[in-house]
Amino acid sequence: MRTILAHRLFPLLPVVAIVIVLPACFPSAYYYRVAALVFIFGLAALGLNLLMGFAGQVSLGHAAFLGVGGYAVAIGPARLGGSPCVYVIAGALLSGLIAWVAGRPILRLKGHYLAVVTLGFGLLLAIALNNETGLTGGPDGISVPRLVVLGLTLRTAADWYWISAAFFLLGALVALNLIDSPTGRALRAIHDSEVAARVLGVDVAAKKLLVFVMSAAYASVAGSLFALLNGHITPDLAGFLRSIELVAMVVLGGMGSVIGSLVGAAFLVILPQTLAVLHDYEHMVLGLVLMLAMIFLRAGIVPTLSRFVTVRPA
Amino acid sequence: MAEFLQFAFSGLTAGAVYALAALGFTLIFNSCGVINFAQGEFVMLGGMITVFLSLAGLPLPLAACLAIVAVVLVGFGIHVFAIDRARDATTVALIVITIGASIFLRGAAQVLFDKRFHTLPSWFGDNPIVVGGAAILPQSLAVLGVAVVIVVLLWALIDRTLLGKAIVATASNQLAASLAGINTRLMVGLSFAISAAIGSAAGIVITPIMFTSYDIGTLLALKGFAAAMLGGIGHPVGAVVGGIVLGLSEAFSAGYFSSQYKDAVALVLLLAVLFACPHGLLGRPSPERV
Repeated sequence: MRTILAHRLFPLLPVVAIVIVLPACFPSAYYYRVAALVFIFGLAALGLNLLMGFAGQVSLGHAAFLGVGGYAVAIGPARLGGSPCVYVIAGALLSGLIAWVAGRPILRLKGHYLAVVTLGFGLLLAIALNNETGLTGGPDGISVPRLVVLGLTLRTAADWYWISAAFFLLGALVALNLIDSPTGRALRAIHDSEVAARVLGVDVAAKKLLVFVMSAAYASVAGSLFALLNGHITPDLAGFLRSIELVAMVVLGGMGSVIGSLVGAAFLVILPQTLAVLHDYEHMVLGLVLMLAMIFLRAGIVPTLSRFVTVRPA
Repeated sequence: MAEFLQFAFSGLTAGAVYALAALGFTLIFNSCGVINFAQGEFVMLGGMITVFLSLAGLPLPLAACLAIVAVVLVGFGIHVFAIDRARDATTVALIVITIGASIFLRGAAQVLFDKRFHTLPSWFGDNPIVVGGAAILPQSLAVLGVAVVIVVLLWALIDRTLLGKAIVATASNQLAASLAGINTRLMVGLSFAISAAIGSAAGIVITPIMFTSYDIGTLLALKGFAAAMLGGIGHPVGAVVGGIVLGLSEAFSAGYFSSQYKDAVALVLLLAVLFACPHGLLGRPSPERV
């Protein structure tokens, strides 16, 4: 029993169980949609968590990669033809390439300077998406073609629930394996102290670049899924507020916690939906809950709660 | 030449506002290492409270003073009820708390006031002053004047009073400062209060030119943060320099290049500066502890 509990992939078991059981409690398609959004933003937050929670590098512009993935599946099939599936991969590759090229100068910076430079890159992309009306439709956005797989058109929220859950689980599987690899240990060493990691022979620049490229690819796939689910995309997806939201998901759920990314995403996707009944008071309550959660669960929801649950053998 | 002067004046006016926002970031960053994302909301609240108090019939100077007092209380409140409660949390967690505070304040402004745009009458009338062919609004001069007064007052406070020295001591080393008998928690709270005062004053003086509404805070926080980083975070002179440089670069790129991409030009400048000097224009690298 203990070996199962200690296995690195154990955290995935409850998620798989929830994915299978949850639809039984869904009274309407709306619930499938919200749950799909949770998995999509969970995937993006997970990628950012690899960068923030493990390598200790903050990005305040990560929504830019959501935008790249989203616009890839919107513009690609319309301009160049082919299935959106191809463009999900193409978007991820493009995001990875952008991260690889931009990451070299960016990741030399540290702390708040890194934060402001990633913020700047994110804003630049959002400005371009807003202004290049011919290509992106400008602030009104553009529609995204429906995905057709094996002759079936995927349009219902339930289809997207299963697809986004599968993508999240795949992302979590990759992340959990990465964390337990020599690269994962190197990343944690970088988080603790770059100087110490370098002294121990870790190629700090290469590892940081690797995890930046990976987190960009995660966000890009999440952006593609979001665009395909909605059938429409606007530059808001790549905006500053989205970037902030992703950071809040990571920190709220728990830095360095794979399940925490999903919990943080669930919190910040579901809360505004339930608070919508409060109309004008929605933002006040949202801000208040965010502050209270961070004050009382300061290490993040999952790490704080798991400290209570974990029974340590005497 | 007239065109150049015109752009330079509008750049200086915007730059003065960014510099004030950046000073607020710098003060709070120095006292507790936190980037306060609610800084833009202080500017918004300053303008909005003044507008609504003067709509309620109060004379403008009284409304402005009451607005500053109210925003100072809000800033101090954020420290007492949120930041101080979580003072042993990580910096990122504290930053998320300030993000929560900014969402909360924006939501509160939406409920207490409304979602429309508001303005205030200009202090010295609306007749532009013509200098070398460029038209300058008297209110722009008021913005620059207020900015200069605030910077001088802040310098006098930090450099010439015992209280200022206590704030500086807290900024440089909290533990050592508390061992010297300084109430460091109060000093951090005061930094929040002073930042709120600076922000609200900026909000009041720009409202006649730039308008205000419940959601202008985000953009101002972004610009102020960028200006603070451009100059070198934690460096008050850097904050002022960064704000002016950012404002001028925006105005000139909007004038000579493209108004759609004016923010983009300013951002490219920010990135270029940080790649060339990774600690900002005036910042100095600090050795990393192992």
